[in-house]
Amino acid sequence: MAGVPRTLTIERATYDAIVGHARRDHPDEACGIVAGPAGSDRPTRFVPMANAERSPTFYRFDPQEQLVLWREMDDRDEEPVVIYHSHTATEAYPSRTDISYAGEPTAHYVLVSTRDADSVEFRSFRIVDGVVTEEEVRVVSTLQVS
Amino acid sequence: MSIEVRIPTILRTHTDGQKAVDGKGETLDDLFADLDVRHAGLRDRVVDENGLRRFINVYLNDEDVRFLGGLATPVEDGDVVTILPAVAGGAVTGG
Repeated sequence: MAGVPRTLTIERATYDAIVGHARRDHPDEACGIVAGPAGSDRPTRFVPMANAERSPTFYRFDPQEQLVLWREMDDRDEEPVVIYHSHTATEAYPSRTDISYAGEPTAHYVLVSTRDADSVEFRSFRIVDGVVTEEEVRVVSTLQVS
Repeated sequence: MSIEVRIPTILRTHTDGQKAVDGKGETLDDLFADLDVRHAGLRDRVVDENGLRRFINVYLNDEDVRFLGGLATPVEDGDVVTILPAVAGGAVTGG
C-alpha cells in the first residue's frame, strides 16, 4: 500500500549478486528478480534476466523468458518479491518510465546505480498506482525462517 | 468448453480477484470484447486504439501473440490465454 513505510530485508549474498549483475552488464541496464514464497516478503531465489533491449537507458524482460519464469513461480507458489534493474548514468531512483510500467504492486522495486565505479547506490521502492515510496534496505547475513 | 484467460495481479480488480476467467470468441479481439461484458474495464487495460498495448504481453498457450496475429489471432475452445504486464522501464523516457 502506498504511503505505508516498509523495509526490504535481503541477504548479503543476494545483495552482492544484484550489484554484481549490474556491474557486469554496465554500461547496459541489467534486470532481474528475486523470487520468494508467495506472501512471505522473503526474497530467496535470485534470477538474473536478459535485458531484451540491451540498452543503456531502457530495459525489458524478454517476453518468452518472462512467461517461463512466471509459470515456474506459479508452480512453486512463489512471487517476484524483488524486481531489480540498474541505471548506468543516473541516480538509483525510479524514472517516469519505471513508474509508468511498474506492474507488480506487491514487489520491492530495487534500483542500483552503476554511475560510480567505486561506490554502490542500492535503493528500494514500492510503486503503486504511480506513487513511489522509498523503503529502508536491511542487509542481513541470513534471512530468518519464520 | 471455453477459453481460459489468466489474469495478472494488477488486473484482478476487474475480475473480483479471480486469477483466471473464461471467455469465448473466434479471435483474441472477440475474446477481449466478450470478457469486457462480465469484467468491465479489462479490455481497456490490454487494448488501445492501435491494438495490443505495447507493455502488455499476451500469450496464446505458450506463444507471444505478437508473433502470431496480434488481436486477429484465431482462438478456440481449450486454449489458454495468459496476460502479463511487461517488466520494463529504464533511466530515460522515450520522448
